[in-house]
Amino acid sequence: MEDLSFHHPVRERAGGIRQSAIVGVVASGNLEVLVERVLPDAECAVEIKTAAMGFGEVWSAVIGDFVERYSPGGLKFSINDGGARPDTVSLRLAQAVRLIAGSDR
Amino acid sequence: MTAPLQHVAPAERARSTSFNEASARTRLDLLLDAGSLVEFIGPEQREVSPHLEIFDLPEQFDDGIVVGHGRLGGAPVFVAAQEGRFMGGAFGEVHGAKLTGLLRAAREIGSIPVLILFDTGGVRLQEANAGELAIAEIMRAVMEARSAGVKVIGLIGGRSGCYGGGGLIAGCCSALAVSEAGRVAVSGPEVIETNRGVEEFDSRDRALVWRTMGGKHRRLLGAADVFADDTVQDFREAARELIGLIGPFGLDRLRAEQGRLADRLRRFGACQDAVDIWTVEGVADAETVPELPADQFIALASRIGRSSRDAR
Repeated sequence: MEDLSFHHPVRERAGGIRQSAIVGVVASGNLEVLVERVLPDAECAVEIKTAAMGFGEVWSAVIGDFVERYSPGGLKFSINDGGARPDTVSLRLAQAVRLIAGSDR
Repeated sequence: MTAPLQHVAPAERARSTSFNEASARTRLDLLLDAGSLVEFIGPEQREVSPHLEIFDLPEQFDDGIVVGHGRLGGAPVFVAAQEGRFMGGAFGEVHGAKLTGLLRAAREIGSIPVLILFDTGGVRLQEANAGELAIAEIMRAVMEARSAGVKVIGLIGGRSGCYGGGGLIAGCCSALAVSEAGRVAVSGPEVIETNRGVEEFDSRDRALVWRTMGGKHRRLLGAADVFADDTVQDFREAARELIGLIGPFGLDRLRAEQGRLADRLRRFGACQDAVDIWTVEGVADAETVPELPADQFIALASRIGRSSRDAR
């Protein structure tokens, strides 16, 4: 297992009022993303535990692109990864932002 | 373009969502009254397995099981749903403790039914002793809850089926609803083949696996009381039906269950294959049963299929 951690300054606070949301399952080629609204509005953090070693640069690129595109200010993402491909990671992160932007809870 | 999900009525979503393909959380969201699910020890509490890290294996924040409470047709229920895609839905220490705790809470309250959405290959091998202990604790907790008047209902239609200790726990439940994909057994196909040889059971023969362990056979034998089509809505209706049907539990019922099982062994003990059993039961063209669509099979099952309604 490898632990990775990323911090990014963010332009805008993420939408919605939900405090947390979860999406995905830890399985081969899949991952779970737990997102929590626990940071200052101009910050974003992503903490990853992955079964695939040595892909730090790919993660860095995927997370950088995601932060740029969605501006997830105030959100902390915790990821358990079972060796998902970058496109699956991007999809789950986008789903997590959409879920926490919901109005319920 | 598909319509945004919030504009689709929950019942419509439940009707169009495959139970087999949905995640544990999606199953519960759509099975219960909309928005009523409240989770105990949710993923944000990060109660992960204490064992998987030793094996350098990934953890899941809920350890592969969602437990909580919600409403079904307005009435309160306790729920547990296993995530069959995380380590085959297997029982580990934390996973098992969450279900044990839920059942003990139900026992203390006494009147609120428990729905268990099984989706499991059995005990998680990496935490074998803790997992085996969990199975024993859960079986005891099911029987204690039932003795206190709690209805404990198993819903089986996940991709991992209900095997190993999961099959034992299912056998302790007040009633079961099962879909075609919901296989129920203790030893799985590969385990039987490994121990007894390919002549005994060819695990690669999918048709054999399905007619021996699949939902249709379990329904016809009376192990499952309701056969559900593979939608979350169908399982929701099955759960409501079973809550209404289950009678009181006591020594008389256990004796009736023993009688039911002894009778089953007497009638079918010499049969070599599930098709032989269906033939003895009076099913015409028994070999066509695996191909029957759900509605036709349900009609056949209510005509011929057994039920454990007076036993269990």
